[in-house]
Amino acid sequence: MKTHETIGAAIRAAKARGEPALVGYLTAGFPSRDGFRQHLQAIADAADVVEIGVPFTDPMADGVTVQRASHAALAQGVTLRWILEQLESMPRGKTPLLLMSYLNPLLALGSDALASAAVRAGIAGFIVPDLPFDESAELRAALGSRDIALVQMVTPVTRPQRLEQICAGSQGFVYAVTMTGTTGKSVAVPPEVTRYLDAVRARSPVPVCAGFGIRGREQLELLRDHVDGVVIGSALVEVLERGEDPGRWLRELRSR
Amino acid sequence: MSLDSRIRGAEGGGTEPRNPGASGDPIADLISGRFPDARGRFGPFGGRYVPETLIPALERLQQGVREHLHAAPFQHELAQELSSWVGRPTALTFAGRLSQRWGARIWLKREDLAHTGAHKINNAIGQALLARRIGARRIVAETGAGQHGVASAAACARLGLSCTVYMGAIDMERQAPNVDRMRLLGATVVPVTSGDRTLRAAIDEALRDWVSDPLGTYYLLGSALGPHPYPYLVRELQSVIGREARAQIVERNGALPDAVIACVGGGSNSIGAFHPFVPDRTVELLGIEAGGRGTGLGENSATMTYGRPGVLHGTYSMLLQDENGQIQETHSVSAGLDYPGIGPEHALLASAGRTRYETAGDAEALDAVRALCECEGILPALESAHALAGARRWAASHPGGTALVCLSGRGDKDMPTLQKTLLA
Repeated sequence: MKTHETIGAAIRAAKARGEPALVGYLTAGFPSRDGFRQHLQAIADAADVVEIGVPFTDPMADGVTVQRASHAALAQGVTLRWILEQLESMPRGKTPLLLMSYLNPLLALGSDALASAAVRAGIAGFIVPDLPFDESAELRAALGSRDIALVQMVTPVTRPQRLEQICAGSQGFVYAVTMTGTTGKSVAVPPEVTRYLDAVRARSPVPVCAGFGIRGREQLELLRDHVDGVVIGSALVEVLERGEDPGRWLRELRSR
Repeated sequence: MSLDSRIRGAEGGGTEPRNPGASGDPIADLISGRFPDARGRFGPFGGRYVPETLIPALERLQQGVREHLHAAPFQHELAQELSSWVGRPTALTFAGRLSQRWGARIWLKREDLAHTGAHKINNAIGQALLARRIGARRIVAETGAGQHGVASAAACARLGLSCTVYMGAIDMERQAPNVDRMRLLGATVVPVTSGDRTLRAAIDEALRDWVSDPLGTYYLLGSALGPHPYPYLVRELQSVIGREARAQIVERNGALPDAVIACVGGGSNSIGAFHPFVPDRTVELLGIEAGGRGTGLGENSATMTYGRPGVLHGTYSMLLQDENGQIQETHSVSAGLDYPGIGPEHALLASAGRTRYETAGDAEALDAVRALCECEGILPALESAHALAGARRWAASHPGGTALVCLSGRGDKDMPTLQKTLLA
């Protein structure tokens, strides 16, 4: 199996067990740099895919929770290079790892250096929230040559023709943003959201995961028949802020 | 993805030419309108780096620009507002006593005389007219010095649109008079306490607001930066500065100036002043950046002087950043120049050698405020004072030469800062 295919396989395996896959998010180095390995391990043990956030000074697609985590991590000197080194020196688990980063830290490293470092770090894919499909050819080519996925996002306002194009171009999964807005606000799941998710799924050759504002069991129940997985971001950051165990929180989310 | 490889790509020497149809001469491509290209590129710079949620809003804006900006009905409406409400054309003033003191002939393009006190109104009224035509219900804007916020609030009041302005908490303090003006003009001013609490954080917040309602809200961006088509749209609306000034100086001086000098933060008054002179290759185009209090990271806002290419706020351009691609804190005594990026057209002009950038520090700018007050009876904005400080240095090396300086705004808004500096 190619590296990027491990993501879809992990999501489909969870779905086959009758549950939407859980993609668990962690801002690298939050709440503490020293705790990174431990928190990553805890989330990787409980989730099906892990999304590791690279902190950035100007996270324009994120709400206050992820902004707070991002700035706290930067204040402790967390960098993309540090994250890659940490991952390289850690034992490889079976849960696929994704890096979520704004574009500029990736540009600073350079796309070829990034792709080879990502291979050494065991990263299966990237999510880049400020890199829309039209601008992504160069990075997708660099990552693709190393079998690393570039996950694309779609939103409720994405037009049908563009939706088609993005779904065809996305690897790993399609990240279906549930609402217009930034991350972290609790989202209702009205019929138009499930209709939109159904439409994305009908067009996508890879699994579809919903993200932005998913915080608990109730939403999971409403979404379960319309997605292959869900991304849990800000809610998990808040678990860490409260000093709770993210692994246990994810397991409770599944079993409740 | 180095600058070199991108520039090679732009010239067709790379493996993937980035600008289909480009001629190889970026200045010719800029003049002919081939840049920005269909993807919003000025050579390697520009583009559209935004969350997917904003793509339909940018496409709608681009459609609106294509349909209206150069069409007769819009141009007629804009011309009416510029003459009867903004007060254009603004004067060109020969600064006789200042010229004597500095040793070169200094002409001032008086954007400080435009309604609301700065060049920002040219863009604000233009975009507000466009927003109304494309059916936006609500306007959001960011502001640094407060001039763009005041201009947006005034334009929205004039056209009956609702207006929300994001402003960094630090800027709200140092530009307090403008905050009250915005409120009187009916705008909601939202203090931004996240990030660096200046212009950059205000843009982050305005973008977050826009992401929440991309189709009902119009983002009235105040500088010639951000995702395509903003750098083009703002330049087109601000070029009225250079068009008027070029005609005025040719008539009054009998010849083109030797240099056009403007201050550069995000780069809107400067691109507006420079653009109509780009084909006049004998005219030197000199941008003056905020040198702040020193050359170290975080001590200035001199993007072209100390920056490297990168992506911030939707565009690929020069950027003050560290080796990890994190955006740097900036400093300038002037809130309007206190920004770590610059518009992509400046980056192209500089890479082609058509423009040049120097810095003027806080102290030099304050000296220039005093000089213009004493010699000409004009209180310039601290931003514009940087252009004057640059002109003073230019005059020293070009005695008897002729310089056109864009006096982008008036300094009343800076009284809190001036009370703590020149008047202390």
